[in-house]
Amino acid sequence: MEAVLALGIGVFTAAGVWLILRPRTFQVIIGLSLISYAVNLFIYAAGRLKVDAPPLVGTVNPDPALFDDPLPQALVLTAIVISFAMTALLLVVLLASRGLTGTDHVDGDEGE
Amino acid sequence: MLKVTSESLLWLMLALPFLGSLLSSILPARKRNTAGILAGVVMLLASVVAIGLYSSISEGSVVRSRIPWLPSLGLEIVLRLDGLSWLFAALVLVVGFLVVVYSRYYMSPEDPVPRFFAYLLAFAGSMVGLVLSGNLIQLVFFWELTSLFSFLLIGYWYHNERARSGARMALIVTATGGLCLLAGVMLLGKIAGSYDLDAVFLAADRIRQSELYLPALGLILIGAFTKSAQFPFHFWLPHAMAAPTPVSAYLHSATLVKAGIFLLIRFWPVLAGTEAWFATVTTVGLCTLILGAWVAIFQQDLKGLLAYSTISHLGLITLLLGLNSPLATVAAIFHTLNHATFKASLFMAVGIIDHETGTRDIRKLSGLARYMPITATLAVIAAGAMAGVPLLNGFLSKEMFLAEALDLHRESFAGRTLPFLATLALAFSVLYSVRFIHQSFFGPPPQDLPREPQEAPRWMRMPIEVLVVACLVVGMVPALTVAPLLGAAAYSVLGPNTPSYSLAIWHGFNAPLVLSLLALLLGALGYVLFGKRLNRQDGTPLVGVFKGRRAFETVLSLLIRGARRTMEFVGTRRLQPQLRVLVLAACFAGLLPFLRYGYQGGTKVGTPLDPAFALIWLVGGICAVAAAWTAKYHRFAALILMAGAGLVSCVSFVWLSSPDLALTQLLVETVTTLLLLLGLRWLPARSRDLWPGSRTPWRVRFRRGGDVTLALAAGSGIALLSYAIMTREMPNSISRYFVEHSYPDGGGRNVVNVILVDFRGFDTLGEMTVLAIVALTVFALLRRFRPAPESVRSPEQQRLQDASDDAREGRERGDTLADYLLVPRTIMEWLFPAIIVLAFYLLMRGHDLPGGGFAAGVTMSIALILQYLASGTRRVEDRLRVHPLRWMGSGLLLAVVTGLGAWWFDYPFLTSWFRYVDLPLLGEVPLATALLFDIGVFLLVIGAIALILVAIAHQSIRTTRRRPEPPLAVKSGEEEA
Repeated sequence: MEAVLALGIGVFTAAGVWLILRPRTFQVIIGLSLISYAVNLFIYAAGRLKVDAPPLVGTVNPDPALFDDPLPQALVLTAIVISFAMTALLLVVLLASRGLTGTDHVDGDEGE
Repeated sequence: MLKVTSESLLWLMLALPFLGSLLSSILPARKRNTAGILAGVVMLLASVVAIGLYSSISEGSVVRSRIPWLPSLGLEIVLRLDGLSWLFAALVLVVGFLVVVYSRYYMSPEDPVPRFFAYLLAFAGSMVGLVLSGNLIQLVFFWELTSLFSFLLIGYWYHNERARSGARMALIVTATGGLCLLAGVMLLGKIAGSYDLDAVFLAADRIRQSELYLPALGLILIGAFTKSAQFPFHFWLPHAMAAPTPVSAYLHSATLVKAGIFLLIRFWPVLAGTEAWFATVTTVGLCTLILGAWVAIFQQDLKGLLAYSTISHLGLITLLLGLNSPLATVAAIFHTLNHATFKASLFMAVGIIDHETGTRDIRKLSGLARYMPITATLAVIAAGAMAGVPLLNGFLSKEMFLAEALDLHRESFAGRTLPFLATLALAFSVLYSVRFIHQSFFGPPPQDLPREPQEAPRWMRMPIEVLVVACLVVGMVPALTVAPLLGAAAYSVLGPNTPSYSLAIWHGFNAPLVLSLLALLLGALGYVLFGKRLNRQDGTPLVGVFKGRRAFETVLSLLIRGARRTMEFVGTRRLQPQLRVLVLAACFAGLLPFLRYGYQGGTKVGTPLDPAFALIWLVGGICAVAAAWTAKYHRFAALILMAGAGLVSCVSFVWLSSPDLALTQLLVETVTTLLLLLGLRWLPARSRDLWPGSRTPWRVRFRRGGDVTLALAAGSGIALLSYAIMTREMPNSISRYFVEHSYPDGGGRNVVNVILVDFRGFDTLGEMTVLAIVALTVFALLRRFRPAPESVRSPEQQRLQDASDDAREGRERGDTLADYLLVPRTIMEWLFPAIIVLAFYLLMRGHDLPGGGFAAGVTMSIALILQYLASGTRRVEDRLRVHPLRWMGSGLLLAVVTGLGAWWFDYPFLTSWFRYVDLPLLGEVPLATALLFDIGVFLLVIGAIALILVAIAHQSIRTTRRRPEPPLAVKSGEEEA
């Protein structure tokens, strides 16, 4: 599992990095979304992988070793919502930039 | 009722000027008298407080009051009052009061006077804070505040170019010095091990022997010299004369320039006593003393004369401090006090001359004594004190200075020449004082003055009278007046080393007296011989060619040009190169530890691989790569592929025991896809291929190749990194605490949710606020958004449908659309209540099972958006009123109020409370305040997401509306065009 997830994170990151280096704003948005998937998974993976051990504890003396690490989960949960907010903001900024400059190039002009 | 202690009085003395400043700053610009009275009362009160505090320090004791701020970093707010700081604080406040009274009559009704008093009071407060500081960092903070407020005061007449440039120059010079001072005190704190002033005093010997002593000394001296206008930093002071005269009277007599002197005296016990101190401080002081006096002789502007005279006297004080002798230090403190009194009164007298005659040009003035006898008398006495005439205060400190200069038994060039140089400088001082008095007040009646001179109003003279009386009283009966104050100040600096000295007028016919008389004689003789010629002199002989201002401007323009060059060389406004550098730097930073320690996988036993998991990730990888491939020309396909990648990560979350994440990811994925779909319409049509076929230029191919390499490097790097992490054992972390305490302390079984709403509730509050701000920003941006002209037409499909509707009888526009969406629409409308129930279910169970405020909020907003999709914006808003702003506001409010509620029960902010309550029928139900907080999250998330999506959806109706059509009935706040 670990190797597959690590590879997956790598592929997402590579695709995302390629896209944010492109000149069109839409490519950058998609790239950033892919990178945020990768980063969320990466943070989550830092808590190690466990199958069938959701951090839903019983009422008496839970043993932490039996549960998946809840801390990265809490971090990633808010990160997911914030990354939505970031995507929304970026989308609106690019729409406004497109309206103002007439192009969807990231620099606001076609250049070259 | 607060008990009045010395400590609380200290705080009062510091706070009063700032409070007064705040009040004055909100007064209307025309309320000249109100502001004047306010400032006067504030200064008077603060002075009274200061004088009242005298008894607590007169016996050599120290009053301290400290508030811990960041104790772990040694940062405390410490107020510390001893003899020296009392003397300076009293000087600042009493002279401040006099200046306020004077300003009330000086300032013209056309000026925004309340602003002036606001600056003046804030400046006085900063000075008081500076002298009361018992912590080094705090001292630098107030130091910088004085720079800032003096900038505002000097530039008060900002319509005047000279005032602006003078203020800028003063700020740049003194603030640069302030930065050096900060570095210096940090070194000092490092040597002493504490920033506390008392600790630094205790570590005096260690500091002088430290290796860092020289750099610390250099930096602190630069700070003091820039502030006190010492050579070679003196040039800013004459340019600061563009300020209103009361400001000059205040800044350049008792306060701003004395801050540097205060610093030298304050650190005297710690830094003085070494050869380095002696060499630097005496040399700089001597140069400043002679240079300032020499240049002052040739000034034709009265304020210019006083400015250079100030520089010269500051040089004298610095020189005294440099001598490493306790008695010289007493003399320095004494002269600081005397200079403040006579110089403030002289500035005010010049202000009166300027005010009543309309000019300050010494060549135009003459015989004013017959028009303003009282002012003339006052000015003569003050100038006498400046020149060091016996029976005035200036004489006493000057005698001490000469005695010290003679006492410097050093078989060195400096030791032997100092008495002569000192006498020379004092003769210069006599010369310019005589010139000032004789030219302005004596001689024939003046001609061609802009105004007919007359005596100044009584209250404008009052401050000068008070100061001149002080000069006289101190000069005649020093032992009865100033001696105890001076004694207390000297004791606080020198401690047990305080020398015995006598403040008497007559010490017998000794060498200092001879030199003193010689200086008076030489000065007077000089005026008789050269007085008339000075009026024809343009510029200063010998040193006139060295223009401090020119050097300053050259340095400044070099700096600016250098910065611009550097920007042109390394900077770019293009996004892509910046991102490339960023990614490259991140890769490199990630690589560093592996270069050092090598790479190897861990030893932890891996989780057995399920083939299905691998298959899912195969799909995920294909989705991601395909999204990257298609994002340029096939936006819709790329969007769907990206959502596919998101779903894969969602499935992984489920698989790997994090149902909460999976739920949230799934919901957010839906909303993100919707959002981007709504945005797609406003993007430009597919751009034509720039290089069709295989004729792509090599330059572009090379760039793309580089990007691919970079992307692969980043991807493989993070894959290797995460593999290395996942194959190692988990170290001990705070997660353990969360798991163990989730139920007993948080009352919830879903640890993730308990962390979010209870343990780390404050973080969640911050994140909610971020979400709210983003939503509002999106909303605000879209209100101003003008889409590109070619996107304004309706999409082709809609136009076809509309045309077909128009062509057929009995159909209205939009019917076709409504027809073919009938089935999905019905389903979506019917789902509305079901989704709402689901949202509430997720919300309520969140504390124990996967769910919670975030997930529930997103679900609820999806329910709303589905209605928009099904029926179109207009039809939904005819039936349903959505007020996202209210949702957001109430959510944030509820979360904060829940947190504040804990205060009611004397617990820290956001402490939660829970009970299990036995309800009839439902059984045992958990009740926790954390649920209220979660409801706040829920409301805010609905509001924010709905606001963003609805704002984007509204773009379509906005742009298709034709101009003449009456505005749409406003359904909710955000529909406004």
